[in-house]
Amino acid sequence: MNEKKLDFIEPDTSVKVVKVTGQKSSRKRILDMGLTPGTRVDVIRRAPLGDPVEFKLKGYNLSLRKREAETVLVEVLK
Amino acid sequence: MTEKITVALAGNPNVGKTSIFNAITGSKQHVGNWPGVTVERKIGKRVHNDVMMEIVDLPGTYSLTAYSLDEIIARDFIIEEKPDVVVQVIDATNLERNLYLTTQLMELGVRLIIALNMTDLALAKGDNIDETKMQEFLEVPVVSTIGSKGNGIEGLLDAVTNELHRTRVTGNVFTYDDEIEDKAEKLRVILDSDPYFAHYPSRWFGLKLLEGDENIIKKGKESDSFPKIQIILNETDADILEAKVADQRYKTIQTMLRQVCNINTSHLSGSDMVDRVVTNKALGIPIFLSLMWAAFEVTFTFATPFMNMIDIFFGWLAETATTAILVPWLASLVGEGMIAGVGSVIIFLPNILLLFFMLSLMEDSGYMARAAFIMDKLMSKIGLHGRSFIPLVMGFGCNVPAIMATRTIEDTRDRLITILITPFMSCGARLPVYVLLAGAFFGRDAGVVIFILYALGILVAVVSAKLMRSTILKGEDAPFIMELPSYKVPTLKGSFIHMWERGKIYLKKAGTIILIGVVGVWLLASIPAPGSSGTFASQEIYGTTESMIGMIGQILEPLVAPLGFDWKIAVALLFGVVAKEIVVGSMGVLYGVGENEESLSNILSAGSMTPLAALGLMVFTLLYAPCFACIGVIKRETGSWKWTLFQLAYGTSLAWGFAFVIYQAGTRMGLMA
Ligand SMILES: Nc1nc2c(ncn2[C@@H]2O[C@H](COP(=O)(O)OP(=O)(O)O)[C@@H](O)[C@H]2O)c(=O)[nH]1
Ligand SMILES: [Mg+2]
Repeated sequence: MNEKKLDFIEPDTSVKVVKVTGQKSSRKRILDMGLTPGTRVDVIRRAPLGDPVEFKLKGYNLSLRKREAETVLVEVLK
Repeated sequence: MTEKITVALAGNPNVGKTSIFNAITGSKQHVGNWPGVTVERKIGKRVHNDVMMEIVDLPGTYSLTAYSLDEIIARDFIIEEKPDVVVQVIDATNLERNLYLTTQLMELGVRLIIALNMTDLALAKGDNIDETKMQEFLEVPVVSTIGSKGNGIEGLLDAVTNELHRTRVTGNVFTYDDEIEDKAEKLRVILDSDPYFAHYPSRWFGLKLLEGDENIIKKGKESDSFPKIQIILNETDADILEAKVADQRYKTIQTMLRQVCNINTSHLSGSDMVDRVVTNKALGIPIFLSLMWAAFEVTFTFATPFMNMIDIFFGWLAETATTAILVPWLASLVGEGMIAGVGSVIIFLPNILLLFFMLSLMEDSGYMARAAFIMDKLMSKIGLHGRSFIPLVMGFGCNVPAIMATRTIEDTRDRLITILITPFMSCGARLPVYVLLAGAFFGRDAGVVIFILYALGILVAVVSAKLMRSTILKGEDAPFIMELPSYKVPTLKGSFIHMWERGKIYLKKAGTIILIGVVGVWLLASIPAPGSSGTFASQEIYGTTESMIGMIGQILEPLVAPLGFDWKIAVALLFGVVAKEIVVGSMGVLYGVGENEESLSNILSAGSMTPLAALGLMVFTLLYAPCFACIGVIKRETGSWKWTLFQLAYGTSLAWGFAFVIYQAGTRMGLMA
């Protein structure tokens, strides 16, 4: 399988969430925000200084620091 | 007899709750704080169909598993206070994530009504939402609204009053797979048999336990039946279950959405296009800085004429009062104490009103989140959130509105640290002190010296933030999970209401502290020192060695002597707590040159003070206790005297330490002799 961490994905790439790991409280929040397994996420852009990163999912835009994005395992969609 | 009910407005952030609240209540609203915390609480009243409604605008929340203070407040209000009706405001352009909260509100079994807001934007986007089908699916009333225009409000209120008289049987629209349902059922049986849980809907509580909601587990642990609960929870891997619960909620939502609406996902939204420019790698920062500059200019330059007018007006008022009142001490109390005191409260109003108007435009348009997105990397280096940047920058204009602006920072600790370090941002009122002293002692290098002072302030703020983060306010950085809401056209009405509220709060809450402070200093300067033959509040003793403040200055002299200051400086610094710029004027009076700045700088540079002491004095002015207005808002925004006093003590110790090192080390090394 080619699972990757979400913070490694380049902008303009679409991915599918596989799993959310990480600390309990941030993991729960990330799931609540809709990054549940199977959800399609488009990586939009990095902030001008390189972090945080902006994503689009479920029709809205969300930003995560790389530290949080790192806890989301994804699969790149071809 | 009119019925009295409580209606809570709940929903995700930025969906239009406050707009709907304003549309319902008009001007009949009251803004305060939630008990014990400094999160805004807005309550308004409205009578509709003979029902007296008390409307509560709750802070935004994404889920009933609460993370931030805002969310805990919203959740606790719904769960503990049990409002008669909960209106969830939903952003029609962002249904899927908005409905996630709906699933939880329905599980909670509250009397729910959905305000389908932003329907104008959904229509423009080409989405087609069938309200009737949505209502059938969810089994709760759905009313479309346009919050910013006030459309649909009557219908919404009708729905509220209709709902009151209906006995409701909410089926479980949201069901989970057999494993979860089975466990939820087992938990329900246990919870129903324990009176400890009687206050909570048992299905909801059970599901929250399964989800691993920390707050709920903590509540559960206090009951006697927890061992039995624990057994069921231990049967499965909590992590897997938690993902499953969230996943299945979203699945049900998707099923529903397929039936009730047709969402146009094809075209790039206007918001996305704006963001291509506004958060662009090359343009993002310049645009942000330009907007910051514009906001700063509008706030502080625009405010100047108004502030001058207020200053002149109160000066005139004080003088008129002083001449009209024949008893000298009373004239001085009214003129120099009370009127000057009220003046020093009002003088900040233009800054506060303008800044909050600008901030409200930025917040309501959706730009504030972009600003945080752009500046977060920088702020995270000192353990803060991107949202801390704007208040800190505004601090260069005036610390008072800057500290009030920290409310946009969600995390309590981040907010507290930002409040504590904002006074180190050198505000406009400190500049006259630098200009005078640097001009008198450093001549052509004055500009460099002033620049160094600003830089030192920033450095102290940065180091203090890091220090506090690793000592007294230790802990993991709050996770950064922030929505970038789509851009909206802000309404003038909304921004005016917001601006006016902030001004009112400032006057009511900080005003008293400032007034007490100013009158207190007047008293100290007017009461003759023990043993003095002067009369109370006479011109002759005001602020001199003959007065209490002069005596305190002399008592303090040994403390400030190592900094190269004499008692006059100590007194001037005491006056400076009224307002920083007063330091200059007081020095003039104390050195016997009146308000004439030129003679003051001559007298100082002629030998009353060494350049090192002058440098120390500027640094001292930068760092020591902020002015009363600032102290007032620190108290108001931290809600704690302990933190307010901490800021004063910390700043003043730093000021003393820096001035000490500058004077002592400088003198030893023979610098600037
Ligand atoms: N176009 C449009 N804008 C709206 C509507 N309701 C609110 N807004 C705007 O959305 C922004 C956020 O609204 P606000 O009431 O502050 O949301 P809150 O965070 O939920 O309290 C403001 O700029 C409002 O003017 C609506 O129905 N249509
Ligand atoms: Mg609001």
